[in-house]
Amino acid sequence: MPLERRTTVLTDPSSYDHEGRAGYPTRSIGSILADLADEDPRIMAGSADLTWSTFLADFPARHPDRFIQAGIAERNLLGIAAGLASCGAVPYMSTFSAFASMQSLDVIRNDHAYTNLPVRTIGTHTGISMGYFGSSHHAIEDIGALRSIPNLTVVSPADLVATEALIRGTVDLPGPVYFRLGRGASGPDVYETTSEVVFGEPTVVRRGSDILVVASGITVHAARDAADALRADGRLDVTVVDLHTIRPFPAQAVADLAAQHDAVVVVEDHVVDGGLGTSVLTALADLDVGVPAYRHGLHDFAIFGPPTHLYRYYGLDAEGIATVVERVSDRAPRDRTIPLWEEADRSRVLAEQQAADALRKPEITFA
Amino acid sequence: MSIDTPTRPPRGASPTRSREAFAAHIRRTVLLEAEIAGSGHYGPSLSCADLLAALYSGFLRVDPADADRLDRDRLVLSKGHACSALYAVLADLGFFPAEELRTYTRLGTAYGDHPDMKKVAGIDFSSGALGHGLSIAVGMAVHARLRGDGARTVAIVGDGELNEGQIWEAAGYAGANRLSGLLAIVDVNTVCVDGTTREVLDYEPIGDKWAAFGWAVERIDGHDADAIDAALARFEARHAAGGAPTVLVADTVAGKGIPAIEGMAEWHIGYLGGSDLATALEQLGTRVEEPTDDHAAPRPIATEEGH
Repeated sequence: MPLERRTTVLTDPSSYDHEGRAGYPTRSIGSILADLADEDPRIMAGSADLTWSTFLADFPARHPDRFIQAGIAERNLLGIAAGLASCGAVPYMSTFSAFASMQSLDVIRNDHAYTNLPVRTIGTHTGISMGYFGSSHHAIEDIGALRSIPNLTVVSPADLVATEALIRGTVDLPGPVYFRLGRGASGPDVYETTSEVVFGEPTVVRRGSDILVVASGITVHAARDAADALRADGRLDVTVVDLHTIRPFPAQAVADLAAQHDAVVVVEDHVVDGGLGTSVLTALADLDVGVPAYRHGLHDFAIFGPPTHLYRYYGLDAEGIATVVERVSDRAPRDRTIPLWEEADRSRVLAEQQAADALRKPEITFA
Repeated sequence: MSIDTPTRPPRGASPTRSREAFAAHIRRTVLLEAEIAGSGHYGPSLSCADLLAALYSGFLRVDPADADRLDRDRLVLSKGHACSALYAVLADLGFFPAEELRTYTRLGTAYGDHPDMKKVAGIDFSSGALGHGLSIAVGMAVHARLRGDGARTVAIVGDGELNEGQIWEAAGYAGANRLSGLLAIVDVNTVCVDGTTREVLDYEPIGDKWAAFGWAVERIDGHDADAIDAALARFEARHAAGGAPTVLVADTVAGKGIPAIEGMAEWHIGYLGGSDLATALEQLGTRVEEPTDDHAAPRPIATEEGH
């Protein structure tokens, strides 16, 4: 199927069609996989009517015969992948994370994991990164669902460099892999070279001594910026570790890092039950490390709003993370189930943003 | 079975505008919501505007003053990404003040880009993940039959959404159980996200597939008000007789009403700014009229008293 885009005859420079103002990136998960497919005849790809949205479009453009367009049918897409893999292919199937992980969980569990086949599921737009699309499009429980499935590998790249490193680092694994990607291609960079990200080994992004911040995927750049701000002000010396390999969980490496700090803060674009923090707490308990660990993430279905506003509202941007880390340092509360990003913080952000929104576009009336 | 019991909501919670102006008002609101958000689902919202205008011009028994009453008719917008059009309808009928749409998609709003039944009065079920809605509507239709109050259930699904297997699980159940009070409307706007439905995954002949699952099938022009009304009337008659569920396979145009983007998959989501928005509003403008103070009389429906 040829994937071509027509241009619209428009007059205003602010208008944009589905590909957005910035156009389509020259390098994306699609071009990374297409490069891999040039070298490796096993590589295939597919999507469920989100080829463009998940930044896979370069793959069908370069390898049309090795691409599956399933239409809007995620479970079928991932079932087809299992059939392909049982015949020797290594298929990479992409859709939004909410549909890849939870709508299709039974297919991943029975047809990828139970069979231990080399299917690669790529879930993009994880966490609350879909913003005002709402809870149907948020994936804030996917780690919790996926981390319990035997045989399944789960990785969460922080940027496109990490995505390439983890795709290449897992290409020969005999079993299934789930990729948890932020918004697909865009977002701030964390890494310069793929050698910085090694599958299975957490990457220390900033080295400090006071508090260990554990992050993964879309929150890594914000955690890094928070650490830089705290250090620049002379407030705290913070280590940031990118836990890009979520399953199998590198328990010993996390425990060793935690033991070198006063406290651990786990930042997650996910509900705190069953997410990254749960794995960290389990590892610390299992390996008898007595350092307090705090989970900083979501506690409920998210409210609606533009993505950047939502990250700010939930304290998951650099400023919020820095605030939480400082509170851990100042208060060290004994009850670690009490969120350190509080109702008052959220109310403040909401009030500030709503005041700003009230001034927008006064000429528009809906009556 | 009598369905005109005194407890039923009044037929025809009605828009404040004439039918043609109502549809134009829906389209105008979709454009303005997109202007607030900086992005909009133009294609799929504009394609179903005339269908929504028909359903909410006196056909659906809903009561904005008592939005949650059990015996109301229900609409499941399974293609939830078109809800900017449904918000326009619900505001006009008085479920909530239209000016609340100024918060559309902004932080803390009730009005996201997919509808939330817990936040917005008049939304009968939350949607956004495709393929779920028809099963929900089957559940509502089964309950209505158990209650025996004659309430009807409508599900609007996209033609691309027919790719989802669960749609056919629900279709099979409804057909086998002769759920006459269930009306599915397939908004056949012929585009998905990656391209046309023909390019992505061709599901034609759509009507034959529903017929095979035991549904009464009608193919109509989804922008022709008279054709939609007539088909709704025939659904009512079928429901009164207690037969098969009905599906309207409605041929529509994605982005209908905005010539620059009509029929284009590229405009599933996008943004018409500045002069392009002005042009689009102008093109709708001749058909947008001011609301009347009191609600316009509902359009008569042929089978109004026919039960």
